[in-house]
Amino acid sequence: MTGLDMKFALSRGEQFSLAMALAIRPGHTVALLGPNGAGKTTAVAAIAGLLPIDEGHIRLDGRLLDDPIADVFVPPERRSVGVVFQDYLLFPHLTVLDNVAFGLRSAGAGRSEARSVARQWLDGLEIGELAAAMPADLSGGEAQRAAIARALVTQPRLLLLDEPLAALDVTTRALLRRLLANHLNEFSGPRLLITHEPTEAFLLADEIHVLEEGRIAQVGTAEDIRLRPRTQYIADLAGANLLTGRASRGTVMVSGFELHAADTRLQGSVLVTIHPRAISVHRKQPEGSPRNTWPTTIARLEHYGDRIRLQTGQPVPLTAEITPGAAEALALEQGAAIWLSIKATEVSLVAA
Amino acid sequence: MFFLIPVIGLLGEVAWSELPGILSSPVVVDALWLSLLSSIAATILAAAVGVPLAWLLARVDFPGRSLLRGLVLLPLVLPPVVGGAALLFALGRRGVVGGPLHDLTGLVLPFSLWGVVIAATFVSMPFLVITVEGALEGLDNRYEWAGATLGAGRWTVLRRVTLPLIAPSLGAGLVLTWARALGEFGATITFAGNLQGRTQTLPLAVFVALESDRATAVALSLVMVLVSLAVLIVLRNRWLRSL
Amino acid sequence: MRRGILSVVTVGLLVSCSAGGRTELLVSAAASLADGFAGLEAAFENENPDVDVVLNLGGSAALREQILAGAPAAVFAAANEAIMRDVASAGLLGEPAQVFATNRLAIAVPPGNVAGIGGLDDFARPELLLGLCASGVPCGDLARAALQQAGVVPAVDTNEPNVRALLTKVELGDLDAGIVYVTDVIARAGLVDEIPISDEVNPVARYPIAVLADSAEQDLASDFVAFVLSPKGQTILAEQGFGAP
Repeated sequence: MTGLDMKFALSRGEQFSLAMALAIRPGHTVALLGPNGAGKTTAVAAIAGLLPIDEGHIRLDGRLLDDPIADVFVPPERRSVGVVFQDYLLFPHLTVLDNVAFGLRSAGAGRSEARSVARQWLDGLEIGELAAAMPADLSGGEAQRAAIARALVTQPRLLLLDEPLAALDVTTRALLRRLLANHLNEFSGPRLLITHEPTEAFLLADEIHVLEEGRIAQVGTAEDIRLRPRTQYIADLAGANLLTGRASRGTVMVSGFELHAADTRLQGSVLVTIHPRAISVHRKQPEGSPRNTWPTTIARLEHYGDRIRLQTGQPVPLTAEITPGAAEALALEQGAAIWLSIKATEVSLVAA
Repeated sequence: MFFLIPVIGLLGEVAWSELPGILSSPVVVDALWLSLLSSIAATILAAAVGVPLAWLLARVDFPGRSLLRGLVLLPLVLPPVVGGAALLFALGRRGVVGGPLHDLTGLVLPFSLWGVVIAATFVSMPFLVITVEGALEGLDNRYEWAGATLGAGRWTVLRRVTLPLIAPSLGAGLVLTWARALGEFGATITFAGNLQGRTQTLPLAVFVALESDRATAVALSLVMVLVSLAVLIVLRNRWLRSL
Repeated sequence: MRRGILSVVTVGLLVSCSAGGRTELLVSAAASLADGFAGLEAAFENENPDVDVVLNLGGSAALREQILAGAPAAVFAAANEAIMRDVASAGLLGEPAQVFATNRLAIAVPPGNVAGIGGLDDFARPELLLGLCASGVPCGDLARAALQQAGVVPAVDTNEPNVRALLTKVELGDLDAGIVYVTDVIARAGLVDEIPISDEVNPVARYPIAVLADSAEQDLASDFVAFVLSPKGQTILAEQGFGAP
């Protein structure tokens, strides 16, 4: 079997244990989505070989990397796992070119040979002119590309991206996310993206594994996770309504429907997020400050502990979250006609 | 000001008219040469042993680590004469290690240049180990992870990632080690003895001359101060911002 | 029984209390005199219970430097007359120095004399590890005089800063032989063996003693010097191997 295939458990001290199973086919991207402290970094360490697992196995392209019962533990330098680290971790004492050449040199290539291959990669990523620069002088985007080049130059069998966008400020993040998507597609092996940002996972991954307190809480596509979150936690973390549209001076066209947003600066293609709790449900047409009101129907009602999530119908299918008390007071049921209202300040936009 | 007082006291004692003659005398030339040679050799030896040791202490969790750390730092606390005596008991011709060594190879460490280098290494190596261990513990070890995932084994990571990253501290440690080795007296005279041209370094020559020939003692002291100052200033300007 | 213990404790307390009121007499003595002067201190204090003799032992040359720099010693006992003359010419002696003891040199070898040392001639053998006191140190100057007298050019491996350091290296077997004082060999009997040096080439070391002018305890210091020169004091020194003046 090709790609990554693993199922393992390990504990660090008495406080924390991680148990997960995951498989990625070549050419596919899986996101491991979870909050800080969920065990994402431990997972990276286990897969990269920086931390041995207690039980289970990690196999890459059919080769066993770690299996305590079979007494196999391949050290990190022989795993063929390319890692793009959080903050990129470019070696501060080496030029960009020598950073990229590092892996080739470690594999035994001569200095000039390694440098010439590294230079081709830098050219391919359009940062050839930065070959002689030191990492401290790079912008976030340049550093990301250098880190990707460094990870891919040795032609690893797995690409591991640990929070690749977390170090960036909000404005460059959208741009780099698109660039990252392109780079991911150029790598033909399995890709594992570690992130705490739902948007990143939704946009970059084919399949999302949500990690919660050391356990996989849910596996599915972006749509599965968003529309049918299995725990309240996932609903909070990932259950936001995510739409695409075109913005123009505070109005956004989404599938032919016009939404009002507080942000009047963004123009063109945008991602729209609306939190389910920001959507109010009414029986009659509401009056008041919210700029966005429209009539629709209830497509589905689902109970989640002390909340109810309801899916609405056309023209803009959304998920709204209300309390059971409100649902009872309004006598809400599937198929009922309702009005929705959303304040423009709750319609948040980011460049797509 | 406090640091200047001894230097001023020294300058006041210098017999300037006799100075050129004294400085070119065999005692002074031999002692200067031996001091430079042995302190540099001790620094190299301390680096060769001390850097791996510091790495071990900072990075590998093994039973007895605290004990080893204490042992490494012991020469800092011990009076150098005690250290020299301990070296004599261990490495002397009838010592625990020196005895078998002598029987097997005929090698005698005391009263030789090797003895001088060993004594200086013994007292100066803690400075290197402390600085390098501290730097290693302060280092973000994820850089070393990054090196490992790029196919570099432990040795390559140490050589190409770890050491370059701690270079400033390593440099500072080397200079401190060298300075301590240059000024070493007690362990040297106890372990290696005192013979002009073979084991008599500058501090030993100063001590012996103080008993009999004050002008030479003062001239030798002046040489020590100048050599130390010159090297420390040059090194500091070049790459020792942290010192 | 219990009363007996109590009274012993009480007496002990009284004695230690009165120690605070005893007059201190600071005696600077050459390191080679250590064992002899320890005996002299005990005997003198026994005769003068209100006096506390404090010994400051060191190399004669180092002690001279201390005294010239104003150290508050009352009595100076040196291992060498030239050193005492330096102090005298600085005008620091309260009364003329007197020689109170003599010493001779001997060759010290590790127990068993593995290297087969027979006499001063062996100090020319380059294959041996040989030590002397450094020149400028009395035992070093005397040893060189003896070797010169015997016509031997020594192949020295180390010039030790004082006679005790030299003895230690012989004791440990790191040196095959060293030239020290007869008194040192007696003090370390069993730890080192003695190879005698014939009297014709063996110089006599003369130890001078004097009261220092700057001391506040001139009378007491004179008493101590007189005690050292008395038959009782001479007997104590003779027990440690020192010769009469």
